[in-house]
Amino acid sequence: MSEPTRAAAPAGAAPAPATDTGGTDGGAATPPGDRRWHEAFARIVSGGWAVSLGAVVLAILAGSVMIAFTDEAVQESAGYFFARPADTFAAIGQAVGGAYAALFRGAVWNYEADSFAAAVRPLTQSLTYATPLIAAGLGVAVAFRAGMFNIGGQGQLLVSAAAAGWVGFAFDLPVGLHLVVAVVVGILAGALWAGIAGLLKAATGAHEVIVTIMLNYIAFYLLSYLLATPGLLQAPGSANPKTPAMAETAVMPGLLGDRYNLHVGFLLVLGAVVLVWWLLNRSSLGFGFRALGENAHAARVAGIDVRRTTVLAMGVAGALVGLAGTTQVLGLITTGFGADIDAGVGFDAITVALLGGSSPVGVLLAGILFGAFKAGGSSMQALEGVPIEIVLVVQSLIVLFIAAPPLVRAVFRLPQPGGRARRRPGRGATGTPTSQEVAA
Amino acid sequence: MTATLAPTPEDVVQHRTVTVVSRKAPIALGVVTALFALLLLLAARAGDATFRLASEGDLVALPDVTVPGTATAWVCVALGAAGTAVAALLVARGRRVPLWLSLVLAVVLLFGFLAWAAAGSAGDIPVTRLVGGSVLLAVPIVFGALGGVVGERAGVVNIAIEGQLLAGAFCAAVAGTVTGSPWAGLLAAVVAGVLVSLVLGVFAITYRVNQVIVGVVLNVLVIGLTSFLYSQVLVPNAETLNATTRFSRIAIPLLADIPVVGPALFNQSVVVYLMYLAVPAIWFALARTRWGLRLRAVGEHPKAADTVGIKVGRTRYLALVVAGAIAGVGGAFYTVVSVSSFGKEMTAGAGFIALAAVIFGKWDPVRAALAALLFGFASNLEGALSIVGAPVPSQFMLMLPYVVTIFAVAGLVGRSRAPAASGQPYVKE
Repeated sequence: MSEPTRAAAPAGAAPAPATDTGGTDGGAATPPGDRRWHEAFARIVSGGWAVSLGAVVLAILAGSVMIAFTDEAVQESAGYFFARPADTFAAIGQAVGGAYAALFRGAVWNYEADSFAAAVRPLTQSLTYATPLIAAGLGVAVAFRAGMFNIGGQGQLLVSAAAAGWVGFAFDLPVGLHLVVAVVVGILAGALWAGIAGLLKAATGAHEVIVTIMLNYIAFYLLSYLLATPGLLQAPGSANPKTPAMAETAVMPGLLGDRYNLHVGFLLVLGAVVLVWWLLNRSSLGFGFRALGENAHAARVAGIDVRRTTVLAMGVAGALVGLAGTTQVLGLITTGFGADIDAGVGFDAITVALLGGSSPVGVLLAGILFGAFKAGGSSMQALEGVPIEIVLVVQSLIVLFIAAPPLVRAVFRLPQPGGRARRRPGRGATGTPTSQEVAA
Repeated sequence: MTATLAPTPEDVVQHRTVTVVSRKAPIALGVVTALFALLLLLAARAGDATFRLASEGDLVALPDVTVPGTATAWVCVALGAAGTAVAALLVARGRRVPLWLSLVLAVVLLFGFLAWAAAGSAGDIPVTRLVGGSVLLAVPIVFGALGGVVGERAGVVNIAIEGQLLAGAFCAAVAGTVTGSPWAGLLAAVVAGVLVSLVLGVFAITYRVNQVIVGVVLNVLVIGLTSFLYSQVLVPNAETLNATTRFSRIAIPLLADIPVVGPALFNQSVVVYLMYLAVPAIWFALARTRWGLRLRAVGEHPKAADTVGIKVGRTRYLALVVAGAIAGVGGAFYTVVSVSSFGKEMTAGAGFIALAAVIFGKWDPVRAALAALLFGFASNLEGALSIVGAPVPSQFMLMLPYVVTIFAVAGLVGRSRAPAASGQPYVKE
């Protein structure tokens, strides 16, 4: 279970205990050159990077199979497979290759564009999509580290979007101040909404999974009501459940000029990554979070105020999801938003946090990967007609495979770390709570 | 802990009886009653409310019941206040508030709310349809919750209920259309639910991956797979792959003729009757059979179970297979009972509601099924209220069940305790 952490955060930012990395022990005697190379190689292929790479390869292979099987040209040529098998393989190559080429062109580098500025646009687009995913992923990760399952990202995001959006269009404030106020209000709204769940858990023991799911629905209907009522969030003179456009003073400025969608929100999110890293690894509050997540009874015995820590952990989690909400309405969709402003980010954030092993740097990388999938998926659908849902399949398979290193090692015949077949899975190393803590 | 130390003369053994009494029930009841009274004060409504008890084809047509709306509502508030006082008195005397008192007060307040909402409206509240619709909406949630209970009692947290429902719905649609028989669809849904369960088992039991991770990811995987195949395969071939024959309604003689509840409960399709059978069956299997005892032992203390020779891994796999089959039936409900075609993400979060019902029901099959029924009723309430033209914006009506659930979870259920080993992989030493 520590593999995701190590895979995603090789810089050692995550507090992964080095107990189960294998291959690093017994380094007292310097081995001869030949053996050293051998050991270095063994360490690389048994380490997290090889597993992550293997997981991605497996997932992409599975995606290829799905694309090939459902492609019409492939089905047609498979009808006369035994007469001309080459046709089938050519069709498979065309379907799969075309799809992944489109994914790459939409997510990283558009090699068919005629200028550098146009060619690099997909990369900036990926980062734009990654912005809310990283922020919300951090929110879920912080809750995970404190032993709670924040399934309420959707609700927190909707409430913060509503609050930040309201400040964004209804107030008239000077340049600079307006944006700051809007962002702060949005973050506070997210923190308060998640804080309800934390408060109820601390005060009455109400299970946060139930409460956050219920708060998702409540937030959705609340926002729907606000959007459908003139004088609240609905744009004046309109019958649509949509807000007016944000005031120019409240819009997050673009980072790279008007040609690109990437906005200042991305920098805010990078700041949040650093802040969360500091919070979790260097602050006493973060220590309390982690202690609570590892063992609530031990934390109580050690003198940590469990109730206060529970409320604060949910509040911080909600604030981070709230940041995602503000970047959505003040950065991405500034022309007014509807109840679909969540765009699935609230739930995607759970997968991002899991893939990132609940460590800040891991979440950053996982968020960028998922942002790239999101950007590339739309171009794949537009160019090749492959439904964007294939991205969900590939994403979930990657997380599944990374979570089960023995499986990937078996498939690619990679050596098991340490040579010992059986070892206790190092729960807690990823910071994800055991399900018992989640369910208890 | 001190038992292991040698007893010393200084140790004085004290026997004290401590009764833990929670003040939450009277507080929650009081808050809800006060909120209702506030609503009546702020938005008073004049006129009568009509409850329609009869439905088409009744042997004995019951007359409509008409009550003065606001007056009835105030009577209910008074009853609620009285109940709260009784609860507070009980707590003050150090006694527990019985669950039935809370339930009765909830029904009374609900009746008052309906009377207030329907006051002065031309439409009347169709009680039969309210009950029948609630049961129908609750079916997938009940099956999902039962599956969740079986899995968790064996120590495997199943967050993938949503995925099992969706996979069941998809496979039931395809198999049901291809064969032309809803029974084949039902069977395919069971297989699909079991398959999702087995994937969960391979990762959670064999590879000991964190069960929450696997569950969440499996949901995404199933949503992705079904949506992809839906857009790519089902939409172009809608007639040949996605048009099922639905189960027809079967009226049970005599029972279906009971006024009010008869047509609602006993003129339904086979899947609904399966639900009536499944709830007591699962309860019996878990609480009264050797299989259930072993399953619960594995969920509470796998090491102890292992010590007495119970195969932990095998028991958990078997529990997951049963759980998947149950949840699969719930998925079939969508495409062979409710509507006759599959739609993208058609389960719409029912699996998560089922998860909430599992916890709400404290991991007990009967309580979880009741919680699921509550959710079904809540989502059906809005439809009934829109008939009478309730004065509250529809969004608040839709929101109400979730608000009530939070109150209930915080006030009445309180701290729920999961099976001790739930979510923990077992490593034999």
